[in-house]
Amino acid sequence: MKKTAFAIPLALGSAAGLFAQTAPAPSSTAALEASIKAAQSAGDNAWMLTSCALVLMMTGPGLALFYGGLVRKKNVLATMMQSFTMMALATVLWAVVGYSLSFGEGSPFIGDLRYLMLAGVGADPMPDYAATIPHQTWMMFQLMFAIITPALITGAFAERMKFSAMLLFMTLWSLLVYFPMAHMVWGKGGLLNAFLGGSIPCYDFAGGTVVHITSGVSALVCAIYMGKRTGYGSEPMKPHSLVLSFVGACMLWVGWFGFNAGSALSSGSLASAAFVTTHFAAATAALSWSLMEWLHSKPTVLGAISGAVAGLVVITPAAGFVTPGSALLMGFIGGIVCYFMVVKVKAMFGYDDSLDAFGVHGAGGTLGALLTGVFASRAVNGAIAEGKAGLLEGNSGQVLNQAIGIAIAWGIAIVGTLVILKICDVVCGGVRVSTQDEVQGLDLSQHGEEGYSLEG
Amino acid sequence: MKKLEAVIQPFKLEEVKEALKGIGVDGMTVTEVRGHGRQKGHTEVYRGQEYKVDLLAKIKVEIIIPTERLEEVIDTLMKAARTGKIGDGKIFVYDVVDAIRIRNGDRGPSAI
Repeated sequence: MKKTAFAIPLALGSAAGLFAQTAPAPSSTAALEASIKAAQSAGDNAWMLTSCALVLMMTGPGLALFYGGLVRKKNVLATMMQSFTMMALATVLWAVVGYSLSFGEGSPFIGDLRYLMLAGVGADPMPDYAATIPHQTWMMFQLMFAIITPALITGAFAERMKFSAMLLFMTLWSLLVYFPMAHMVWGKGGLLNAFLGGSIPCYDFAGGTVVHITSGVSALVCAIYMGKRTGYGSEPMKPHSLVLSFVGACMLWVGWFGFNAGSALSSGSLASAAFVTTHFAAATAALSWSLMEWLHSKPTVLGAISGAVAGLVVITPAAGFVTPGSALLMGFIGGIVCYFMVVKVKAMFGYDDSLDAFGVHGAGGTLGALLTGVFASRAVNGAIAEGKAGLLEGNSGQVLNQAIGIAIAWGIAIVGTLVILKICDVVCGGVRVSTQDEVQGLDLSQHGEEGYSLEG
Repeated sequence: MKKLEAVIQPFKLEEVKEALKGIGVDGMTVTEVRGHGRQKGHTEVYRGQEYKVDLLAKIKVEIIIPTERLEEVIDTLMKAARTGKIGDGKIFVYDVVDAIRIRNGDRGPSAI
């Protein structure tokens, strides 16, 4: 018994070995197991709560600053408000029905209503999703994703959408696009779930399909449906403060550690692996985007920070599946591809994706999801079954699975967004502000405030 | 009385201020302005989108002086603001009808 009392405060890892020799009474084994569990839960929960806060920080102030700096002075508050609103609106939706529709075990396409009003979501872990942290922590972590995903879309319709229409759009988009997609990829029994019984296992570590493709592609649909900003192409629409954007982008980079490494759902070595790949991809993408610019003119600050964000997007689905070397390569490719989408392809087709939500998130998410099927490695993530890693480890079928996941994400985003925009058009009497309100600026016309006031 | 309106390079403001103070010109009004003369603008690129910027940041200094000091002040101002390169700016001279000190109602040159 004395030995038992000693063993608990000692190194917990070796405790099991100790017991094989001393064969203690069953009751003390149970007590020991309970304390081992409690210790692991404490460690994991600490990291996961930190990650929750980091991911929330990505939306506010991260994304709000990044986007806010890119618009003109007269729209800075309205743009920040669009991100901030999601912190409130998505939270309420999530509590009422969103979490249940995403993570209740329902059909392969959408969850059921078992967690309506978060019924039964408490201190006990939900072993299918995250066995070592309270169910509440897992629920909160997923909520932070449900906040930032729709907020990313606001970059496409910046400077011209009615506030009322945006509220309705975001509510319907969460219900019709985000919750089903989150369920399909991450929910138990979801169609694309790679580890919980999906029929088409698609690897998406932290949201390449769920977050970036859905938001990025929906952004493109919004930009085309709503049309260009008044004066686009003839009036200057320079970012009003790259200083704000710079600060925001740096916060996104830091917050992304919570997003990706937090998606390990524990504080162990997988979190470290995802942390490393996240950082590495951001680094090479910042360099490759800058390099592309330098070949044509000067390496800009906006280019460097855009590249970093593109790299972070590309590595998101792959973060906990690929090696650091693959991450360096994926980031490098991502910076070039997203540069090409934003600078060349947008100009070629002439759509006004104001802040390049599609060029960075839609394109980067698609590229990342596809490359995850190439580089996924069993040595990095032991949860991958034998023979089920990526193309480089001999499983060419995974690229196909990824492609199906990508196609479904594109499809649901395109159809869902079109239907929702039509509804918003009818209900709100048009989704765009009047030309007069647009010229005046959304800060004054939608909110009755100014970001920068002479009298202040 | 004359009014001098000098549009100068922003980085020359300190030198101009010190030089004017040195010859006893105490009052001035300074504004940040944008404009261009013969100096060409520059091109800015944001995510591939090019913007030609031909209105450049300048500083406008306004001073009011007694007519008899005009040449002396112009000389001092020019020396202080000059780099010899294009873009140094210009000085415009106007007649001033009157000047009034709000505090006590002084009028004319004594109110400057």
